[in-house]
Amino acid sequence: MAAEEVHHVALTLRDHLPVLQILIPFCAAPLVVLFGSRTLAWPMAFAASGLAFLCSIYLLMQVIDGGFISYHLGGWAPPLGIEYRVDAANAFVVFLISGIATVVLPFARASVNEEIPQKNHTLFYACFLLCLTGLLGMVITGDAFNVFVFLEISSLSTYVLVSQGSFTDKRALSAAYDYLILGTIGATFFVIGLGFLYMATGTLNMADLAGRIALLEDNRTVQAAFAFIVVGIGLKVAMFPLHLWLPNAYVYAPSAVTAFLAATATKAAVYVLLRFMFSVFQPDFVFGSLAITWIIGPLAVLAMFIASFVAVFQNNFKRMLAYSSIAQIGYMLLGIAILNVNGLTATMVHLFNHGITKAALFMAVGAIILRTGTTFYDRIAGMGRVMPLTGAAVVVGGLSLIGVPGTAGFISKWVLVQAALDNGWWWMALAIMLSSLLAVVYVWRVVEALYLQAPSDDVVHKEAPLSMLVPLWIMAGACIWFGFDTDITLGAARTAAEGLLAGSAGMAEISTAAAQAAH
Amino acid sequence: MRHHLILRVVTKLLVGTIILFAFYVQFHGDFSPGGGFQAGVIMAVAFILYGVVFGLRHVQSVFPIWLVHKLVALGVLIYAGTGVWNMVLGYEFLHYGSFNPHHMSHGQHWGILAVEFGVGVTVTGVMVAIYYAFAARPPHIGDDDW
Repeated sequence: MAAEEVHHVALTLRDHLPVLQILIPFCAAPLVVLFGSRTLAWPMAFAASGLAFLCSIYLLMQVIDGGFISYHLGGWAPPLGIEYRVDAANAFVVFLISGIATVVLPFARASVNEEIPQKNHTLFYACFLLCLTGLLGMVITGDAFNVFVFLEISSLSTYVLVSQGSFTDKRALSAAYDYLILGTIGATFFVIGLGFLYMATGTLNMADLAGRIALLEDNRTVQAAFAFIVVGIGLKVAMFPLHLWLPNAYVYAPSAVTAFLAATATKAAVYVLLRFMFSVFQPDFVFGSLAITWIIGPLAVLAMFIASFVAVFQNNFKRMLAYSSIAQIGYMLLGIAILNVNGLTATMVHLFNHGITKAALFMAVGAIILRTGTTFYDRIAGMGRVMPLTGAAVVVGGLSLIGVPGTAGFISKWVLVQAALDNGWWWMALAIMLSSLLAVVYVWRVVEALYLQAPSDDVVHKEAPLSMLVPLWIMAGACIWFGFDTDITLGAARTAAEGLLAGSAGMAEISTAAAQAAH
Repeated sequence: MRHHLILRVVTKLLVGTIILFAFYVQFHGDFSPGGGFQAGVIMAVAFILYGVVFGLRHVQSVFPIWLVHKLVALGVLIYAGTGVWNMVLGYEFLHYGSFNPHHMSHGQHWGILAVEFGVGVTVTGVMVAIYYAFAARPPHIGDDDW
């Protein structure tokens, strides 16, 4: 065979950004295990997630005004090869996930020292990095099967992370086991759906899939695939009747893990749901849009009310927040069901705002646990007076959860109400207001416990350490900051929503090529 | 196990052969069916068989738990490191052709060999780790554990 001279221009670090985003935490995880040093584990994890965060900022800045970056793994061009495709929608989510990881890790140090025995620390941080890798990967990839692979990486490490709560409460083990069973069922449904799609189209690249599905029109296999994928990812999202794994997993997991997962895991799944509903299956896919409006919509409203109602009657701070998460996911799904640009913008922006709000609240929970050992209302009574800074952060987070003007939560609810009114669904706007009133009730119950009761004598009367307060207030500050400065959040969310609603138009070059190939 | 003379002798004879066969499958992976995963499993079988016949204590003195854990991580690093080396050479992650830019298919060959070796190392580690985890399980759950 004659040696072929291929002209090649060496790729720069900037060209490699999409893969570095995944590669840095991915390589850091085995390195942490290989060094096996307790003192090095945390700095390595922190450095890796910090670098990943920098990558995500560069990526977001490149695509925030539209357009996309495509990276071909192994040099194999899509649709045959695996492609990482970064556009406004996933760069925004990647930015959220790596940002949360970078803020939660400094918080985790003190919290993990307290809650997990030292011999597990290296493996804990390795798992944390793998979970981060999985979440980032399932968001950044443009290959449908690759989504499944990364979904499994993140899920498997999540089960381990949740089970680490067993050193404080053995029920973490059964919570992790329930999550394992339900998560696996979800992943199985997802991969069955992918199998159907592959059978019908013969491709796994998302852009290519979109082009080919559009040509198939009324194909039963494709419709079955859609159903399987929505249910499978729905389990991961904790879409209302599929949410049973969530409360226990959040309550019994170590505080740092809950703060990280609550802010990222369901959000990444919401993104995958969006990507499949709008980019892979077209928005005008008749069966699809009916399913979106008449199945997702009512379930979202049910989630908003039932989960909020359940949250009101909890007597455990952490469990209350877990139920509130299910209700907030309802708002995101409602944005999808409204099916217009404002609705999707609301989903994207709420995904971000709820992420930072829940990160702040769950970190505050972690700080309180450090001092009281528990989160039952009767035990945390008066802690707001003992720990003024932590208590104030709970109030800020709580206000953002309700959606009080001046906080991040207000922005997303405002856009959501606007979206509902755009469709002429004034009753929906009313429902959003009413469910927010339920949020007022459950947040007030915490505030009452924290401030209006006398602290008991058998708890440590001390403010949380600075290593916890700083990350906590970065997130609480972000709740306020993004309530006023909406350039990044609303800008990226709107570009993302327009890109998603345009269907595969943003993926034009490949899908037209596929269409020509099919003719 | 002191009485099972035949088992012990046959195991000692077989372990070496199994490991040899594992290497054959490993390095023949790019020519014929086989590769890192199969080789890793076969390699692990050698240790598991030894453990089953001679007891956990003996196999762990040959292949201690800490080493198993390091191997699991090392294999992943070999795989990812191959890809990173491609990036250093100025090509995409895992673009094996970069190992021999004038003759891409030879480069692919080297790349596959390297990543399959990584897979083999990790799979050996994982399989043995699973066996250790099950075999070394404490016999019962005490009342305090609840």
